[in-house]
Amino acid sequence: MDGQTRDFKWIGKRTVRPDGVDKVTGRANFGADFSLPGMLVGKVLRSPHAHARILSIDTGKARVLPGVKAVITAADLPDIPSEEAHFGEDPTDFRYVSHNVMARGKALYDGHVVAAVAATSEAIAEAALGLIEVEYDILPHVLDVEDAMKPDAPLVIEDLITQGITPTPKKPSNIAKRIQYDLGDIAAGFKKADVVIKRRFTTKPVHQGYIEPHAVVASTSEDGQSLVWCSSQGHFMVRASCAKLLGLDVSQLRVMPAEIGGGFGGKVTVYQEPLAVLMSRKTGRPVKMVMSREEVFRGTGPTSGSVMTVKIGATKKGKITAAEATLAFQAGAYPGSPVGLGCMTAFAPYDLENVKTVGYDVVVNRPKATAYRAPGAPLAAFAAESVLDELAKALNIAPLELREKNAAREGTQAPYGPRFGVIGYVATLQALRDHPHYMAPLGPNQGRGIASGFWMNFGGQSSAVINVNEDGTVVVTLGHPDIGGSRASMALMAAEVLGIDITKVRAIIGDTHSIGLSDITGGSKVTFASGMAVVKAANDVTGQLRARAAMIWEVDADGVVWEDGHAVASSTNVGEFEPLSLAQIAAMAAKTGGPISGHASINAKGAGPGFGTHICDVEVDRETGRVTVVRYTAIQDAGRAIHPSYVEGQLQGGAAQGIGWALNEEYVYGDDGRLQNPGFLDYRMPVASDLPMIDTVIVEVPNPNHPFGVRGVGEVPIVPPLAAVANAIEDAIGVRMTDLPMSPPRILAALEDKL
Amino acid sequence: MKKSHVTTTINGEPVEFLCEPQQTLLDVLRDELNLTGSKEGCSSGDCGACSVIMDGRVVCTCLALGVEAEGRSIDTIEGMAEGETLHPLQRWFLEEAALQCGFCTPGFLVAAKALLDRNPDPTETEVRYWLAGNLCRCTGYDKIVRAVLSAGAEMRGQ
Repeated sequence: MDGQTRDFKWIGKRTVRPDGVDKVTGRANFGADFSLPGMLVGKVLRSPHAHARILSIDTGKARVLPGVKAVITAADLPDIPSEEAHFGEDPTDFRYVSHNVMARGKALYDGHVVAAVAATSEAIAEAALGLIEVEYDILPHVLDVEDAMKPDAPLVIEDLITQGITPTPKKPSNIAKRIQYDLGDIAAGFKKADVVIKRRFTTKPVHQGYIEPHAVVASTSEDGQSLVWCSSQGHFMVRASCAKLLGLDVSQLRVMPAEIGGGFGGKVTVYQEPLAVLMSRKTGRPVKMVMSREEVFRGTGPTSGSVMTVKIGATKKGKITAAEATLAFQAGAYPGSPVGLGCMTAFAPYDLENVKTVGYDVVVNRPKATAYRAPGAPLAAFAAESVLDELAKALNIAPLELREKNAAREGTQAPYGPRFGVIGYVATLQALRDHPHYMAPLGPNQGRGIASGFWMNFGGQSSAVINVNEDGTVVVTLGHPDIGGSRASMALMAAEVLGIDITKVRAIIGDTHSIGLSDITGGSKVTFASGMAVVKAANDVTGQLRARAAMIWEVDADGVVWEDGHAVASSTNVGEFEPLSLAQIAAMAAKTGGPISGHASINAKGAGPGFGTHICDVEVDRETGRVTVVRYTAIQDAGRAIHPSYVEGQLQGGAAQGIGWALNEEYVYGDDGRLQNPGFLDYRMPVASDLPMIDTVIVEVPNPNHPFGVRGVGEVPIVPPLAAVANAIEDAIGVRMTDLPMSPPRILAALEDKL
Repeated sequence: MKKSHVTTTINGEPVEFLCEPQQTLLDVLRDELNLTGSKEGCSSGDCGACSVIMDGRVVCTCLALGVEAEGRSIDTIEGMAEGETLHPLQRWFLEEAALQCGFCTPGFLVAAKALLDRNPDPTETEVRYWLAGNLCRCTGYDKIVRAVLSAGAEMRGQ
């Protein structure tokens, strides 16, 4: 079957998602919606200091408070060795995860957990936290990368030696890692340039902003088996992390995937889950822990703030001759910012001969940075696509034309090494040129900007099981949490291969004991990797169905093919048989060998790179400095849109997040190193009245490595908006904004500077 | 602390409960009455995920006390469908794919119902400003606004 070109019965249909009714009626159970009899409430005590040595923790008074059942500190967690963990887009280290979950020796940021309690009520747990006496020696702190990179900066991690520098430095520093990617000869490239633009950019940390705070219930029985209900981007990640951090066998943990109320990368690691498991093991009672919004902001990963310098040179004709970027990203308190991904993605939409990108991963006294949708790429693209815009204006070439002249195509070598296969970047540029938005007139104080974005997309380990029920309905069990509608697209792919009506297919997410290991939901992998597993499992099912039909007809299995939901004799030579439907074969399963069940566990390779191009119109209020996005169109190559509505939703949601990042969102810290805006009132995410409708164009250049041509979709849409908005503002007011967010005070200051 | 006895109406049915004086209405709904469709996203009235309709007005239950329910009539997401029949807003949210993770969805549906109850023919701008108290991080609001407009049109018989 050629899934790349043929007409589809279900692929591309806008069906109602399998979990839809539960989610519009309030039935769906998210992390905090689960409770057990006898359940305790777990709470954590957080450091009020940005950087402080913990001299002592006295839990005596808290322990004797009636109703308190457990108090734990770092002393209760095993001291685990350094070991790389691959969950998110960037590798992390279990030892650092352990230290982030519970501070050891030092508290490294405002909000770092230093102790936890479990008590019979929330009020008692809160009271117990107040009785824990922590003696701190407050240390000087450092919040920003440039300060942290100075030789005399306070050391966040006192024995941290920079990786990626030869010879290896002898002295510790806050620079965890230096990364460099080279292509061609950068100096020679700049020599060939007629115009060179160099700019410095800064961005602030922003939070993923999922509306559901982290929540977990853990329950442990007398035989040491722990059950964990939580919302995360990977229940197998939760299982592995809890096992490593607590020194348990993986099989001692069964993690049930609750519905997840948004993640965007922020739920690819653990925070309170190991603490809940540990306290349930200590007390023998279920423990529930739910973060407050303030805790989510103070204690969970925002993305990195950054300082970036980008330099691009081009000939008069608009051929880029060299591109260079130096990116320094805040990692937060532990190594592992996405700066490497920033380096890889910055110039990836372009066919360039000479590229150099250098990245610095810098620890600072802030919460550990966590993945946020296309980690690293939006920051890098903000810088690169802003400089490209300025370059286009300096060359008197339309920004779209400059991109067309330098666009990456099949065979282009990516700046980070590999050559691209079939990609759709040029198709997104053409779709923009063809879109009415591109030539639409602008009003007073309005401006228009475009920008492109890239994400390599991910594959990885994925499992699927398809059980054929005795009445011909089927259940598809999946291993990745469904964060934005993946059950719908998996059901569509299963229905397509099996040839049955979508209403006969139910898709669910299995727990860690009931489905094979599957990596986290993230990196834009699920529709691709899980889809491949579903197709393979469905082909396994149709193979069995053909064999059963052959058995019933008493013919050779090779003589039966699967067509449109039926077993059919492959030719009249095989014999004259009335086709057998899936339901007919299912009804006879007991007599033909037993239940029919298809399985697939794969490590999906060949994720198709994704490209998007966005166009944004803004209106600037010159009196208040407020920028309003008045029109927005997001164009992206999806390879194949399995469920177009949810592809559009990804484009719209990513664009909205990017607009928030561009215009308003930022972590605000005081001189004392404390977060000043840990709430939705002061951390200003876009609301409905801030945004226009977001038009979308789905381009389909199928990924040859996927049976239906799927490329990952979710990450790319947050990459272009930062620069698209900045370029539109420049077009409106003639000022190049290089610092995010482009909030009203900054716009006003920029307008005043211009006068 | 001594608990208070509260008599109220929830989704058209008489309900009695005991609650502590400082307990929020949201905690009462979720923890005492097992009505977990109302979600806690912020506890500060900023995200709207806990919205219910109390005596015809949209209320963030994280900002109301359980004792304030005394003598009132409260409509939650659990009461929006009638038997097996979904409210047009619920159907249009599904048709328009107006949810991704679905966590904010109950709050949006409740707030949108309150809008259509008082203004059956809102403009796009009116929908956007009415729903400005509800945060959604997944959708960019486009499909939510469309779903509300479509449900309004259907309910007006258009």
